[in-house]
Amino acid sequence: MSLTGIFLILFLIVHMSGNLQLLADDGGRSFNIYAAFMSENPFIRVISIGLYASILLHAIQGIALALANRKAKGGKYAHGKVAGATWASKNMALLGILIFAFLCLHMADFWVKMRFTDTLTMVTYAGHDEAVQDIYSRVNVAFQELWLVAVYLIGVTALCIHLVHGFQSAFQTLGLTHKKYTPLINALGWIYSIAICAGFAIMPLYHYFPPSYPPTTNSASM
Amino acid sequence: MSAMKLTLHIWRQRHANDTGTFETHVVDANEHMSFLEMLDVLNQTLIEQKKEPVAFEHDCREGICGACSMVINGRPHGPLGGTTACQLHMRHFQNGDHIWVEPFRAKAFPVIRDLVVDRGSFDRIIQAGGFVSVNTGAAVDGNTIPIEKDLASQSMDAAACIGCGACVAACPNGSAMLFTAAKASHLGLLPQGEVENARRVQAMVHQHDKEGFGRCSNTYACEAECPKEISVSNIARLNRWYLKSSLTSNV
Repeated sequence: MSLTGIFLILFLIVHMSGNLQLLADDGGRSFNIYAAFMSENPFIRVISIGLYASILLHAIQGIALALANRKAKGGKYAHGKVAGATWASKNMALLGILIFAFLCLHMADFWVKMRFTDTLTMVTYAGHDEAVQDIYSRVNVAFQELWLVAVYLIGVTALCIHLVHGFQSAFQTLGLTHKKYTPLINALGWIYSIAICAGFAIMPLYHYFPPSYPPTTNSASM
Repeated sequence: MSAMKLTLHIWRQRHANDTGTFETHVVDANEHMSFLEMLDVLNQTLIEQKKEPVAFEHDCREGICGACSMVINGRPHGPLGGTTACQLHMRHFQNGDHIWVEPFRAKAFPVIRDLVVDRGSFDRIIQAGGFVSVNTGAAVDGNTIPIEKDLASQSMDAAACIGCGACVAACPNGSAMLFTAAKASHLGLLPQGEVENARRVQAMVHQHDKEGFGRCSNTYACEAECPKEISVSNIARLNRWYLKSSLTSNV
């Protein structure tokens, strides 16, 4: 759990920072070129296979752990609750299932369309030789739907709560604790979780509530 | 001395396979009584009424034996931090309170009767490796093996574990990692115990899993409910040692 978790934590940094290009006011040029690079670069392709494997392994292991632990507990107390455990720490499996459901929707919406269908229009940009898929417009259109924006915000909130516990938990599981560094790791976990999720939350919000200038010409008619 | 009237909702279960249920009793107590003394009053009343007294474990009644296993209002050993049930006094409750008393709940701690659970699984974890193999004979001189003060203190802190099982009772996963980690740390931090560390750590963790305890998911409820306030940093140490011994030792 901890190793796949740390890999996914690292992935989220790349995914979030790369996708911040969705906020660039260039009609999607930098984001589309970046997306094309990420889907074609052989090194990235290999890493992405590791990523899908990590997500599945993390999910399967997590569900197995939750089921085994539920059996080991053998019943709840009738009244009151124990001290110490945060809501997040006790509901990692529930949060994980929410995140996984969100991921399925997220990947069906963008990743499947980009990789396995021809539904995206091709665009060419000055200074860039090859035509690239216009995933930026797909994102922009998708985020005009209020329900989808709401789903994204819920998904990202679940992720944030999951990370707040998961970040420090991964270090504890690997035995990487120290009187001097553990408070730092805990603080970093909070900062990381909030920063990552705030970054992701801005993207749908930015496209649903565009700034005064329209981000692209073809989505101005919202 | 002010009198208190308390309503107890107390778990009654005749044997391991009985489903068990809460029974309600009104008890006259006072603020100076310990929780166990209040239960003694209840039992005396039950005996006088020719009813079966409530079975609960107790031994030293001074907070060091770890026998008094019970969950009071959803918390192992009751609402006070760093305290066993026998050291919990009725002054921490109010006159007229309803108090829920149940046994520790975990698959590896089957209920024997009422509030008494079988904690033999802890004994078997200790038997698997919670010892130092030293041949008997004349004791060596106290200063023969120098031990750094900080290490000695960390070992001593871990050794404060009384094996009561509150960590398991508190854990939403029914895991006994805090107990196992405290015992392994207590021995493995000292030079005398370090020698067999790899074998000990592997054997104790395997026995822990074999007993049906859950896996640690770092909720830290154990640390919050431990009457001896054993730190979860011991669990991290055990994880570190387990990882190291799995990767580098022959065991």
